[in-house]
Amino acid sequence: MSSDEKVDCGRRRLLVATAAMGGLGGVAAAVPFVASMLPSERAKSAGAPVEVDISKLASGQMMTVEWRGKPVWIINRTKEQLASLQTTDSKVSDPHSEKKMQPDYCKNETRSLKPEILVAVGICTHLGCSPSEKFKTGAESGVAPDWAGGFVCPCHGSTFDMAGRVYKSKPAPDNLEIPPHMYLGDTRIVIGEDKNGGTA
Amino acid sequence: MSGHLKSLLGWVDERFPLTANWKAHLSEYYAPKNFNFWYFFGSLALLVLVLQIVTGIFLVMHFKPDASLNAAGVPVAFASVEYIMRDVPWGWLIRYMHSTGASAFFIVVYMHMFRGMLYGSYRKPRELVWIFGMLIFLCLMAEAFFGYLLPWGQMSYWGAQVIVNLFSAIPFVGPDLSLWIRGDYVVGDATLNRFFAFHVIAVPLVLLGLVAAHILALHEVGSNNPDGIEIKKKKNAQGIPLDGIPFHPYYTVKDIVGVVVFLMVFTVIVFFTPEVGGYFLEYNNFFPANPLQTPPHIAPVWYFTPFYSILRAVTYPLFGIDAKFWGVVAMGASTLIFAFLPWLDRSPVKSIRYRGPIYKTFLAAFVICFFILGYLGVLPPTPARTLVSQICSVIYFAFFLLMPVYSRIDKCKPEPDRVTSSSHGVHK
Repeated sequence: MSSDEKVDCGRRRLLVATAAMGGLGGVAAAVPFVASMLPSERAKSAGAPVEVDISKLASGQMMTVEWRGKPVWIINRTKEQLASLQTTDSKVSDPHSEKKMQPDYCKNETRSLKPEILVAVGICTHLGCSPSEKFKTGAESGVAPDWAGGFVCPCHGSTFDMAGRVYKSKPAPDNLEIPPHMYLGDTRIVIGEDKNGGTA
Repeated sequence: MSGHLKSLLGWVDERFPLTANWKAHLSEYYAPKNFNFWYFFGSLALLVLVLQIVTGIFLVMHFKPDASLNAAGVPVAFASVEYIMRDVPWGWLIRYMHSTGASAFFIVVYMHMFRGMLYGSYRKPRELVWIFGMLIFLCLMAEAFFGYLLPWGQMSYWGAQVIVNLFSAIPFVGPDLSLWIRGDYVVGDATLNRFFAFHVIAVPLVLLGLVAAHILALHEVGSNNPDGIEIKKKKNAQGIPLDGIPFHPYYTVKDIVGVVVFLMVFTVIVFFTPEVGGYFLEYNNFFPANPLQTPPHIAPVWYFTPFYSILRAVTYPLFGIDAKFWGVVAMGASTLIFAFLPWLDRSPVKSIRYRGPIYKTFLAAFVICFFILGYLGVLPPTPARTLVSQICSVIYFAFFLLMPVYSRIDKCKPEPDRVTSSSHGVHK
């Protein structure tokens, strides 16, 4: 365009408006594609509760069940393991479970409905690995000379005590998650549902 | 050339710039005559790219991106990789070429990047060549990450779990973002299928476009050389750089030597030690994915370990945000910071040959730290190792962040007018 020609402002405005509308259309067209990557209806509905029989879980033993594709641990803690929670109180970053990593009925010293039975999602709150159990105490555990028993994440070395509480200065920010659960009688647990408010 | 072929070429040239492009990019692209060993790796990277695409196409003919269990209780994807290894004619070779090619790609690209750092190839006017290269590097990491999930082994599964969860560390949007990436509440069939789509279609397309941009930008400004001086400053009467030689046939032939040596090493690995002691193919990945149990020790493949160590080195919260988030930030920064080199480097010279002792010391410290971080990244963490990786991470970043200062005060030697050596023995 030569310099003495005048810009036709009306046409320029029309051009800008057309380009803006086109851009808007492009963004709108991206919505279905982006949304198609969200969990499907089938994936959303596949979260049914799991019922577990713990009658054969002896003191000091642990079992793993699958709930929503994640490992859920059930641990029958010994008296010594429960006592160890007092010694770890000062070493863990959230000793009183202030952060909402458990249902209200598990916001207690043992993070459980029954003191000895711990139900926890076995997924490290750092980057989602499943920690390994290190129930042996002291130097024998291979963790630390004063190890009180608990879990060690193999990926980035976060450590958790026997109530799934994370130790201070570790990569994991939070305690292990306690899933909603309830007891059907003495030895049957339902994981993923807590109709009666967790009354054990 | 016979008369018929010549007239055919003429017919094509009137319709498509075939001869013009041949000249611009090969027979009349003048590259400095003093290229040395370090200049093999660009063409080798192109070779490995072709190798990965070709082997990849044939692997896709037999691979099934399906996480459901078959009648024998094995995930279909895992079983289809075993099928390729055992039942498909020559399938083992094609797959080992592809898996070895992945590691070879990173070796070649790391050498190529280091060449750029040795000779200041990122400096003005080659900033965009460097930035396109960095984007290629990011794409390559994405490609390797997506591809690693496909065999659906234990390392595939837990590696993807960790990396996808990195995104959940981003404040506010993080958890939803990682959910969107996975397409499910856990890494599962939806994740496998989309990673397959990214690995075989999306990322390779972007990669090819970036490689074209990388080469076009390079040919626009011309290649740097081990002396770090511009050959375009001294031209003959025809406008051809005095220290330049046509890329074809001189460097095409030279690069064939590099290709032959590379393929010798490559085939020895493919035929005799494709796992390379668990570094190229990790032992835990010979077990099918088990969402309920993380292997007792997981580590990424070797080419990610320097950055992984930096992620693990951050163990302190800052500004009221978790250490987890800052670890992710540090890891991201450690890969992106290379892109800023053109502006961090204030040295009056480009090449290591004329740099002073401070830069040489920093570069040496950086390389040593890169190796130490890489080595620590494959080991399980202990307090002592974490401390070492913290020190190395600090040096890693200091190399970049202090560069504007030390590159300026460093005592450099004067650059020569013309390139000083020649790999062809033709000294001026």
